[in-house]
Amino acid sequence: MNREELKFPKKPFFTKGGAKVPHRKNTATCESVELKDIPEVIIPMSQHIGAHCKAVVGKGDKVFVGTVVGDSDAFVSAPVHSSVSGEVKDIIYITLPNGVVSEAVVITSDGLFEKDPAIKPPVVENKADFLKAVRASGLVGLGGAGFPAHVKLNVPEDKEIDTLLINCAECEPYITTDHREVLENSWNVFSGIYAVKDILGVKRVIIGVEKNKPDAIKLLKEMADNDKYDPDDVVRVLPLKSSYPQGAEKVLIKACTGRVVPTGKLPSDVGCVVMNVASVAFVAEYLKTGMPLVNKRLTVDGSAIKNPQNVIVPIGTPINKLIELCGGYKEECAKLLMGGPMMGISLFEDTAPVLKQNNAIIAFNEKEASTAKGGSCIRCGKCVDACPMGLVPTKIALAAKKNQVDVLKEYNTMTCMECGCCTVACPAQRYIVQSIRLGKAILREEAKKEKGAEVKK
Amino acid sequence: MKLFVSSSPHLRSKKTTTGVMLDVIIALMPALIMAVVYFGFKALLLAFICVATCVLTEYICRKVMKRKNTITDLSAVVTGLLLALNLPVDINPFIAVFGCVVAIVVVKQMFGGIGYNFVNPAIAARVVLMVSFPTAMTTWTNTCFMDSVDGVTSATPLAAAEGTYSYLDLFLGNIGGSMGEICTLAILLGGIYLVARRIISPIIPVVYLGTAAVMSLILGLDPLYQLMSGGIMLGAVFMATDYVTSPITKWGKVIFGVGLGVLTMLIRTYSNLPEGVSFAILLMNILVPHIENLTKPRAFGESRKKGEKV
Repeated sequence: MNREELKFPKKPFFTKGGAKVPHRKNTATCESVELKDIPEVIIPMSQHIGAHCKAVVGKGDKVFVGTVVGDSDAFVSAPVHSSVSGEVKDIIYITLPNGVVSEAVVITSDGLFEKDPAIKPPVVENKADFLKAVRASGLVGLGGAGFPAHVKLNVPEDKEIDTLLINCAECEPYITTDHREVLENSWNVFSGIYAVKDILGVKRVIIGVEKNKPDAIKLLKEMADNDKYDPDDVVRVLPLKSSYPQGAEKVLIKACTGRVVPTGKLPSDVGCVVMNVASVAFVAEYLKTGMPLVNKRLTVDGSAIKNPQNVIVPIGTPINKLIELCGGYKEECAKLLMGGPMMGISLFEDTAPVLKQNNAIIAFNEKEASTAKGGSCIRCGKCVDACPMGLVPTKIALAAKKNQVDVLKEYNTMTCMECGCCTVACPAQRYIVQSIRLGKAILREEAKKEKGAEVKK
Repeated sequence: MKLFVSSSPHLRSKKTTTGVMLDVIIALMPALIMAVVYFGFKALLLAFICVATCVLTEYICRKVMKRKNTITDLSAVVTGLLLALNLPVDINPFIAVFGCVVAIVVVKQMFGGIGYNFVNPAIAARVVLMVSFPTAMTTWTNTCFMDSVDGVTSATPLAAAEGTYSYLDLFLGNIGGSMGEICTLAILLGGIYLVARRIISPIIPVVYLGTAAVMSLILGLDPLYQLMSGGIMLGAVFMATDYVTSPITKWGKVIFGVGLGVLTMLIRTYSNLPEGVSFAILLMNILVPHIENLTKPRAFGESRKKGEKV
């Protein structure tokens, strides 16, 4: 592969489109509070993209913090661990917010948070050891997607990686967990970066941070200039424009390196690996202590929340309990979101547990939960201007509603990453991205049919 | 607890269709005010008649069709106002009413209402009126600042020889013409407002006027005189930028603008029609779907070569 000489960009490369969403980073100055008073946790066996785990504990078993409660033989999967010490109360089936039905282990906490005696720091001598350790840690992409980290880091031999990108853009409104991670856990961020960079063998690490976090940028810059934290002088901080979706993988790669990931390819095809800042910080923590992913930093905010704040809670904490510990609601909650308001999932019940890839719980009051009317498209073209992927959203949305497969294919429907910029920008208040999701489902069905027809032949 | 469940995103911008239309109405105000300055309150009366007819017709239409009423989106107000500004101020009100009914019933509602009309309602109505009532549509009243030596009516700068009017008169609108198209200054102000409010992109007006200027030079005409006379300013800023009937892709807008400029100047020079703007816009409106198909933007990561699988 012939690459341009590696340089650190002084300012971000041009990225198209995007939506000016309100920041509402009300909790940026709130130091994370650790919440421990959780009587019971529900730990689903599916907290990642890939194969579900199987419960490896039974009813009545005694578990500790960090005990493996679910695992799978599949490659694209990550084990899940108990986040409290106590007794397995039951193994149940629950419907997760995304509609997936999954097995879940319910554990009654004894309130002692005893560490599993088997936990010790992993011994890492080579890349295989490292990947094994990352898998055992249960780490998934903490930015929200939940893609198992060991799969991402297991880059095929034939692909040359030259750049590690650390995603600290945090472009979603409300969420400040990555911001707080940097301020409260900066030492781990850098030692995590060094661990991952050595395994990948990259010569360039760029931390992408949106400009609306000046204190985080300042701190990271100081550390990157300090030989104590960055002895090889390979880490640089790149302030990005504050525009949603700067943190989307392909957009971040374009902004930081100027490279465009071709349709249907992965970041590794353009020599990049992207990791969330909380993920690298966790890698450092795990290598030091051996404690798997059992706690999660969350932003609890929204118009219906009494005391917006950042918290660190055991994974599996029921959301109603979490909100109760945050002072409860100040108004009636009409919409409860897992994740940010742009791409978060709205919950159908408040008993759902906190998952690994969660980074926020947002509660909206009646007024903010009210929905758009959805008028006729006036063809203003605002969605075309807003689309970071260069699509024509309104055309795709209309084709999806009319089931026009050939139009959906011609207009690159599968390139859509469902960021929702088109929908935010639409003055006719149409449900554009929702229709595009339908279009993507139609194309997936079509691909299945085509495959079936080929097999028959 | 009752929770509302919906698919993301859970935020919306504050801009609505009604808000967009309101901004267009505000942008049309300078032109309307200048019409009142030049022709007195009868200009305001004509505007009122047109707006009222359009809104009422739309209301009745939606009722008869048993559809959700859409008059609150203010698009009928915009159509009425635009048509009024495209008429001679002393036109028979019944002709104006007829034009409004054509615009709303035939052009807009019969094709499904806002967003579905394939040509601009106000332009189509103006063309219908020009063909049906050619004399009434081209009898221009003198502005109140003109010497009434040659009677009460005046020729448009296009019909008269170049140089009949000074640049200052053309710029300020002290010329013969439809009540809203004469004052270049007022239209420019409206255009700047629309661009500043990000309602329209400047691509179409700039390319349209630029092409028309180049075409004037090629045809041996005075570009400045051509741009400030006739309906080209009003057409470029308000009619050609109509969302529904202009391309939504960036390069589509450029092609659209070039086509408008070329057609306008060709019609002005070589045809017997008094003005080419309306026909040029009408023709280009019809081509919009094809222009859009030709200018599909390249998606992020899509190969430059056509048809190549990545």
